[in-house]
Amino acid sequence: MRKSRSFVIWAFFAVAYFFSLTPIAAQHDDSHAQNEAHEHHTEDLCAHVGHHEGDFDPGSTAFHHIADPNLYSIGVWNFPLPCILYNKDQGWDIFMSSKFDFDFRGHGDGHKAYRGYVLDGGRVMRIKDGSLVQGEAVVGGFAHLDDESYACIDGTPHLLEAKSTMDGGFLGGGITSFYDFSITKNVVGMLLIVLLLGWLFLRITKAYQQRDGMAPKGVQSFIEPIFLFIQDEVAKPFLGDKWPKFQPLLMALFFFILALNLFGQIPFLGGVNVTGNLAVTMALALIAFIVTNINGKKPYWEHILWMPGVPGWVKFIITPVEILGLFIKPLTLMLRLFANITAGHIVVLTFVGLIFIFGQSGQSYGGSAIGIGLSIPLTLFMLAIELLVAFIQAFVFTILTASYIGAATEDAHH
Amino acid sequence: MLFLADFSVIKPDFGLFFWSCLIFILFWVLIGKFAFKPIADALRKRENDIQSALDEAGKAREEMAKMQAENEALLNQAREERSQMLKDAKETKDAIIKEAKEGAKEEASKILTNASLEIENQKKNAIAEVKNQAGLMAISITERLVKEELKDKASQEQLVRKLVDEINLS
Repeated sequence: MRKSRSFVIWAFFAVAYFFSLTPIAAQHDDSHAQNEAHEHHTEDLCAHVGHHEGDFDPGSTAFHHIADPNLYSIGVWNFPLPCILYNKDQGWDIFMSSKFDFDFRGHGDGHKAYRGYVLDGGRVMRIKDGSLVQGEAVVGGFAHLDDESYACIDGTPHLLEAKSTMDGGFLGGGITSFYDFSITKNVVGMLLIVLLLGWLFLRITKAYQQRDGMAPKGVQSFIEPIFLFIQDEVAKPFLGDKWPKFQPLLMALFFFILALNLFGQIPFLGGVNVTGNLAVTMALALIAFIVTNINGKKPYWEHILWMPGVPGWVKFIITPVEILGLFIKPLTLMLRLFANITAGHIVVLTFVGLIFIFGQSGQSYGGSAIGIGLSIPLTLFMLAIELLVAFIQAFVFTILTASYIGAATEDAHH
Repeated sequence: MLFLADFSVIKPDFGLFFWSCLIFILFWVLIGKFAFKPIADALRKRENDIQSALDEAGKAREEMAKMQAENEALLNQAREERSQMLKDAKETKDAIIKEAKEGAKEEASKILTNASLEIENQKKNAIAEVKNQAGLMAISITERLVKEELKDKASQEQLVRKLVDEINLS
């Protein structure tokens, strides 16, 4: 079992490596030649569009499933979601993603372009030269070359732009011509979970009020040990007397992350990868960062800016390190949760992908059988680990936030 | 077909970031106010209730022990008092008996003295009576003798002699 697993992981990385090589190799070409080649390529890009049934690629399939599309897919059903888009020239555009007519082609590829926007692989993209396509237009298909995506309209490829992202170009994103404030799949997942948690906790609160002085019962007794665990083992030891002030934040963090981690693992509900998205963990880490630092007391800032009790010259080393640490702490919070959950999703998706790899995309039934035989135990094993990870990561995020706040609000010690 | 480069989850987009912040802050504020705080309060209240119930039980137990000790002391005291009372009663009884005995003895001796005095008196009275009767008898005899026998001289003498003998006899 371990042998086959390491083989599969090895195989996955081999495939991933192979695909990652392709664009890198292309970049090494002579720039002039590349430009000409580019022109040449883009011309006949659209010739093959529409009938490319390529080999199964587990990497891109996994990335497709963990992404945050502008539609909600459960099995064969695709539910449209509201798109809220902003472009400097065009202003705000608010419409349902059904405008893209994604059911026509499937896989979240929109059949129509709308006001310069198209839906490529479930994500809204904008035609870079927006003036070319206004209003509605039929998209013949999408083509991908090097790192760029193209929409084929009337047989002509139009270069597409992804939405603006906050990474400043470090991670392949950056500011583009439009911003996407849509209610995406992740937002829907978050809303569902928040409503569910709200309903659950209001019911529990009511139970506490109605059954005042009595032993807990039902869902109340299920949540109570978890609630008390976070309160007594996380909030109180780290925050001391100040715990009631930060208890709602810590509880909210823990239950929000835990519920979303678990929700993402339930099969056939869309597998929403909310806590495995950097934007979400960034938001949570930023909130933790702000709460920590606006509650920072004098000793906390003193330890960062001018560490007491060390020789003067050491302070010049310590202070920059401490200032860096100030930002590294929320950064690790953000990356840890994101990486754990995303990795879990990718591994599960890859194990499921084994069925298609061995089955050669449905051409070999025997191979599919082997793939299923491998995939089921591996996926079950991985889901069990992910269940553990869901709790551990929610707990770790909460306890670290508690420790950061605790360190910041601590009165002078020694 | 998608490319590996499209690892979109690592590119934090503004929309999702905005919605995450909004939803989480709303969740934090609302659930914090309407659920987490009240639940924590209810739990704290229950904890206090349990603690106070335990304390009360401890106090009650203590009080019970105290009461028991008091009862024990009271009982001991009562027992002591009883034995004291019994002792006192016995003493009193003994004293009474002794007193009664002494009184009776005294009374008896008094009675005896009185009785012997009375007997003496009665004896004296009786002797006096006897003497009186004897005197009277002698007088009456003398009278009859004098009447009968004084007819002749001889018989008178005989009679006097006989009488005198009789008197000597007694």
